[in-house]
Amino acid sequence: MCRIISALFAGVLVIGAAPSLEAHAFLDHASPAVGSSVTAPPPLVTLWFTQDLEPAFSSVTVTSEAGQRVDLGNARILPGSPAEMQIGLKPLPPGTYLVSWHVVSVDTHPTEGTFTFEVGSG
Amino acid sequence: MRPTFHDWRRAQFALAAVLMITQINNALAHGFAGERFFPATILTDDPFVADEMSLPEVSLNPPGPDGSQQTDILIDLSKRITPDTDFTISNEWRRLRAPGVPSVGGLGPLQTGAQYQLFVNGPHQALGLLGLNVTWGHTGRATVGAPDFTTLSPTFDFGKGFGDIPRSLTFLRPFAITGNLGFDFPTQATTTGVPNPNNFNYGFAFEYSFPYIQCCVKDIGLRPPFSQLIPLVEVAFTTPISRASANQTTGTIQPGIIWAGPYFQIGAEAIIPANRLTGHGYGGVVQLHFYLDDIFPRSIGRPISEWW
Repeated sequence: MCRIISALFAGVLVIGAAPSLEAHAFLDHASPAVGSSVTAPPPLVTLWFTQDLEPAFSSVTVTSEAGQRVDLGNARILPGSPAEMQIGLKPLPPGTYLVSWHVVSVDTHPTEGTFTFEVGSG
Repeated sequence: MRPTFHDWRRAQFALAAVLMITQINNALAHGFAGERFFPATILTDDPFVADEMSLPEVSLNPPGPDGSQQTDILIDLSKRITPDTDFTISNEWRRLRAPGVPSVGGLGPLQTGAQYQLFVNGPHQALGLLGLNVTWGHTGRATVGAPDFTTLSPTFDFGKGFGDIPRSLTFLRPFAITGNLGFDFPTQATTTGVPNPNNFNYGFAFEYSFPYIQCCVKDIGLRPPFSQLIPLVEVAFTTPISRASANQTTGTIQPGIIWAGPYFQIGAEAIIPANRLTGHGYGGVVQLHFYLDDIFPRSIGRPISEWW
């Protein structure tokens, strides 16, 4: 029994430590932060993911409460930082904004998500 | 006109894009519905087809009404055949200890299943799955409770995340529920004079997803491993509906927590008998569960229909 448990534990360590493995890309954090309130209108939204992204199939949009696009349509994955995606924003008046992202990790797993941030009257 | 180098490059890029799109459309595996990730639960069946494996799941069950106590070591595999169908196979080694008699050990019955993903609704974070599980007779050791008859168990499994409720209800949105409704139909009415009842099975998992808080509700500063935790309470009951006297319902309540990483998850739950007929005292279960589609995304982690 001890041998079986040791083998399983070793297997977990090997899988967990293998650098070449890939998986679904989850949002690790964002700027502006998920659900946050900022006083100054941010010039861009930056998303950091847990896995490297496939640029051709990853996108992000930002919309106002009225559903109008307020991003510049220039979403890009930064050179040298394949798990980081940015998009520029138009000057934002106070309000709540919805960030919607759809990404594909480099192993072809798709994931998506949405969150809001608020720009105060500051 | 002969194709130029750039034409070839364009053609190669287009072919690569087509191949990529083909793979992406079929690559969605384990428990996603839109932005909601559902972990594999321990007590109740998952409402999604998957390429996953529990290796192992170890349970120390609470003592039964007669004082006997059972320990199980289970292995379970789910493998997609197509993007919407999979089969499951599982077996467990059991050790049974009863007061006043030597303990016995042996394999339980072989269990197999076939499942079909009925629907996945991303915007409403909803999943539905139909399954037929079979517990095979004469495939385990009778002294540890393996039956001498086969049982057919049709099931409907569902999942629902509450991320689609108004965003103003901030800290209710991470909630999700999954559930199973099913029946057991033994193919043999009695065993040595003891009736084998038809059963109604029902179970639910109530989950509160820290990953969902972080990704989609509010960044409250959680970082791994805490941002990957999903506390949950599972309940499951079995009620005989034929060939049994009234009030024979048994079940357990299992509060616990799951940590979900990129390639595997680890879960632990307490096992609390729901009534005296089920047992008394407490037990526990731990599970190590691998996501084969993430570990082997280009080979055995894909549906079998996409291997060629």
